[in-house]
This record gives sequence, C-alpha cells and structure tokens, in this order.
Amino acid sequence: MKTLYDKLWESHVVEELGDGTALLYIDRHLVHEVTSPQAFEGLRMAGRAVRRPGAALAVADHNVPTRQRASGIAGIQDPTSRLQVETLEANMAACPIPYIPLLDPRQGIVHIIGPEQGFTLPGSTVVCGDSHTSTHGAFGALAFGIGTSEVEHVLATQTLVQKRARNFRIRVDGALPRGTGAKDLILRIIGDIGMAGGTGFALEFAGEAVRGLGMEGRMTLCNMAIEAGARTGLVAPDATTFAYLAGRPMAPSGALWEEALRAWRALPSDPGAAFDREHRVDVSRLEPQVTWGTSPEQVAAITDRAPRPEEAATEEKGRRAESALAYMGIRPGQALQELAVDVVFIGSCTNGRLSDLREAAQVLRGRRAAPGVQVLVVPGSGLVKAQAEAEGLDRVFREAGCEWREPGCSMCLAMNDDRLLPGQRCASTSNRNFEGRQGRLGRTHLVSPAMAAAAAVRGRLADVREFL
Amino acid sequence: MIPFIRHTGKAAAFIRENIDTDLIIPKQFLTTILRSGLGRHLFHDLRYREDGSEDPAFVLNREPGRSATLLLGGANFGCGSSREHAPWALMDFGFRAVLAPSFADIFRTNAFKNGLLPAVVEPEALEALAAAPGAITVDLEALTLAQDGRTYPFACEPWGRSALLEGLDEIEATLRRLPAIEAFEARRRTESAWL
Repeated sequence: MKTLYDKLWESHVVEELGDGTALLYIDRHLVHEVTSPQAFEGLRMAGRAVRRPGAALAVADHNVPTRQRASGIAGIQDPTSRLQVETLEANMAACPIPYIPLLDPRQGIVHIIGPEQGFTLPGSTVVCGDSHTSTHGAFGALAFGIGTSEVEHVLATQTLVQKRARNFRIRVDGALPRGTGAKDLILRIIGDIGMAGGTGFALEFAGEAVRGLGMEGRMTLCNMAIEAGARTGLVAPDATTFAYLAGRPMAPSGALWEEALRAWRALPSDPGAAFDREHRVDVSRLEPQVTWGTSPEQVAAITDRAPRPEEAATEEKGRRAESALAYMGIRPGQALQELAVDVVFIGSCTNGRLSDLREAAQVLRGRRAAPGVQVLVVPGSGLVKAQAEAEGLDRVFREAGCEWREPGCSMCLAMNDDRLLPGQRCASTSNRNFEGRQGRLGRTHLVSPAMAAAAAVRGRLADVREFL
Repeated sequence: MIPFIRHTGKAAAFIRENIDTDLIIPKQFLTTILRSGLGRHLFHDLRYREDGSEDPAFVLNREPGRSATLLLGGANFGCGSSREHAPWALMDFGFRAVLAPSFADIFRTNAFKNGLLPAVVEPEALEALAAAPGAITVDLEALTLAQDGRTYPFACEPWGRSALLEGLDEIEATLRRLPAIEAFEARRRTESAWL
C-alpha cells in the first residue's frame, strides 16, 4: 500500500544512492530568466550540453514590466533586467529549448503557463528554479522548487540527486462556506501547522473540500505548500484533473491520451496507505483569512483582532508577534478591519488565474475602489488576460478604477517596478508577507482575490461576506 | 566546489527564527547574471539605511561580524524563495558555514552545492557559542564545534557532508551514471510514451 508520493518517487528512481537519496529522473523543467543564467554559464564553462532540450519550457516572468510592453525586451527600462531577459532569449536559442517570447500571447508566469499548456501532467516530475513549483502538484505531479546549481544539473543530466521526503496528509472535511475558498483554506492550514511544519515532508491535500475544488483552487493550495516548509504539495488526480487537461496543446491525445489516463487513474494513494503525519481541518466554519504579520503563519480571521504578544503560546512566538506588529504598524489587539490599505494587488502564481479574476470581479462589479487606493490587476498569463477580456472582466476592473496590466510576477516579489513604497499597506493575493517582500518597508496582508477586491472598495481590510 | 573539512573563524550572531532568503538577498539584486559580487548586498535592508549608509547597529557592520566567516542563525534558516543568490551572497561576503537549529530544505541543498556548510546546532549550544568571544573551529569529519576549550556536537545531512568533504562535482558524478539514465529513458519511452 503506497501513497501518491511513494508512487511518484518510486517510478522516477534511476538509481538508489544511499543515505536516503536517489538519482531521480526529471520529466519536465520550467526555465525563467532569474534563476537560469548562471546555470547556462556553468554548462558553457564545463563544455556540457543540454541533455533533453525538449523536456524544458522557458519564459520570462519575474522581471518583466507589466506596462508598455509593445516594444518587447527593448522596452525594459532597467538595463540589468533587460540584459537578464536578453540572456534567457540567447540561451534558449542556443540549446534550443522551447521558449515563449515576451510578446507571445501565451507569455505568463511559469506556474500558470505550465498547466495551461498541458506541459504539467499527472505522474510526471516537474522542477523549476522557483520555490512555488509546488503548484504543479495539484495535478498529481511530483513538483518541487530547486536552486540554480540544480537547474544546471537537470539541464546536463535530466536527473537530480534527491532525498526522499516523508508523507504528510492534510485531510480537509466539510464544505467551504460562502466567501471562503482555496486561499483561505491554505492560509488556515499554514496557520495551524506553522511555516516549518511541512519541512522534510510532501503534503498531500485530501478530503471532501479538496475534491470539491476546481484545478485552479487546487493549484492555489499546492502553490503555498512551500510556505509551510514543504517543497512539494499534492492532490490526487481525478475526473476534474483529466477534464482540465483534455485538449491542452502539450497534453497527449488520441490513443496516447487513453494510455496515459489508465496510468493516471492508478496514482492516488491506496486506501490504508500509511502517512508519517496527519492533520485534519474542518472547514465548515472557516472565515475569510488575512495575515497580520510578516510570516504566512501569522494569520487570523477577518473578524479577529491583531494578537497581544503577551498572550502568545510561547515566549518566542510573543517576541515574533511583537516585532511583526511593529513592522506592520499595527497595535496589539487592533481590529483588523480598521487597517486602511494604500495598494491592492490581484495576481501572482497563487491567484492570477481566470477563476481568481472572476472572483475579484464579482465583488468589484458596479462598485469603485476607494479614493486614493491603487489597485493592480495582473493576469497570470496572456491567455488568462485574453479570456478575461473576452468575458468583459477588464471592463469591470477598469470601471472600478483598477489598473489592468500585462502578465508577469509583478508585485508578488516586486522585481520589476511594481513595488510598495516604505510604509505602504497592501492587501495582496500573493504568497509571501515577509519584511520588504513587496518593497522595502512595505506592509503586506495576504488574502484571497475576493477579499482583496473587498479591501479595494472599502479602502480598509474588509469582510468580503458583506459584499456578496 | 571547494571542499569543506575543517575551518576556524570568527562568528557573527544573528539568531532570529525564519530568516528568509528575501531578507538575505532582496529581489532587486536578483537581476544579475553572475554568481559573484553579491556579498555587499547581503542582508541589504538591515545593513544599510535609507540613504545608503551603513547601520552601525547591525551585526555585520561591526567587528567581529565584519570579518566573520561563520554565521549563527535562528531556526528555519533560509526559508522562502529558492534563490541560490542567498548562499552566493553569504559566501561572497566571506561566510563558510551557517550554524542554526534548523534549515529550510531548498536553502540547505543550495548551500551544500556551493560549499557552504549548513550545520545543525542545538539552540543552547548556539547561545553559548554566541556568548563566548573566541573563534570557532568547525570540524566536519568529527562533526564538532570547538571554542575556547569547549566542544559542541553538530549534525549534517550524510549526503551533503560527503559531498562537502570531497568537494564533489555532482554533475560530473551523475554523468558517470549515464548508462543508468539512458536505460531509464529507454524504458520510459515504451512505458510512458506521453512523457
């Protein structure tokens, strides 16, 4: 009896290497501009070739502008950013690895385009030089983030030396109440198990509430497994997964599709398979969540108040709460709904997909962002943007006073010029509220797309249930 | 990779939980296409004030931090982004090892690949090391830390430890297993042709 993770691991072992490690075969490799240049330089220095260029897919996303795209790479203002994107393009041409150029309608965030193109498949191993690669685990793929040395290793050998993780199942029972979704669920889970609670584990999300999520919600869930310390998040593939993949450009078709389906149906954890750790969540009373601190585990319901450090469970937790509240400019015990926001960011590999934009638009339709609040809506890919425009969502956003931008990582990590100014407070659908993440001394509150939209309208953190 | 066997150096103590890689090296320095030169940006937002001048209160801006080769950090060191720029920046500053109660998985792997030792040290030992002024000798063969006549144990992943002791070129080692990779690929082509 095996878990989904066991099956994925065992089917990719090229050779056992001892000390709990194995040489693991890598089926799919997503490449972007920030974590790859040094890897290609390393290959050149050692005179090594890319072993299987066709197993990779490359796109620039982290560093690209979300405005004034018409002139392509030449239009990138910052010269070092421009050089980095040019370097990606040159490296891709030399291999050659399939590459989606900046002006291609499919361009977007790696973790959005992988699934969108059918590049991500159940039962495969997927890596990328980005910690949010865990996103692809939503398909029942063994997907994890790697560093640049490992990017180089995959390019040269199509394998990685990896240590086997332990199995951790998170069972989610109940139905998600109105006004809550996958983002609230994963924030709650991280709040429960802590930001290092998943270290060394592969997290499998199971149970009725997970089955009930669409693929985009499942991706949101797995995306943030890394914020609980787990490199890998997983959801067993099912009819929802197969329906999403059918007909995607890089997914198998015809007889091969049928053959793949048979293999994919055998992937879910066997009933009675043993997990090293288990955590149960009942979501039937879940409220919309919002982070108040500088770590994703510092999270509360929107109806709550900021904690009082002296009441924390441990002294260390109290110290951390104290320093987080000071950084965030929040008084101990302050009602979270009192906090006025300057910026709202809707986008990222966590929440930049069509269903996320629909969710935000539902709240913004017929309403306006509060005066003085800047609202950035950044679709996760060119295809998401086109679909949203076909549905008229761009109009909803524009009429509400939001800025409708070009696809990219944007203010999630603020590598381009979309960033917070010191002291600005932001309701953000992204994944990290670390100090300085969205700009030096910027203050980030992680929320769902619907909650971000509610904050935009109210001009303060707000309970989206009052808008539905 | 330069091997790590034994090293003696001064320590800088920055013991705080969840030191994330955004804090170690902020995003504005990730646009580089080089591995070198990141040391001066290490812990940028803590090290420099708004006007670009050094903040004398930060540990790396005063002795022994300025010339330290060992960093004492808190639990879950290196969490967050997978950026290998974090170990590059630490090493470019001059660090050869980080001593902490626990490490995030991706950071630990990235450290090993660059010859930076992530040494797992009990919190009490870490406090004692931080409190004493003497240089620390890290012995990776013996898995000990010695300072002013006292010795403390530390832990290190076995696979990472042997790679560090040998100064292993991992890609070279894997390429020696090419026949096994080719056999695996041949099998996959028939068993999972859609991949």
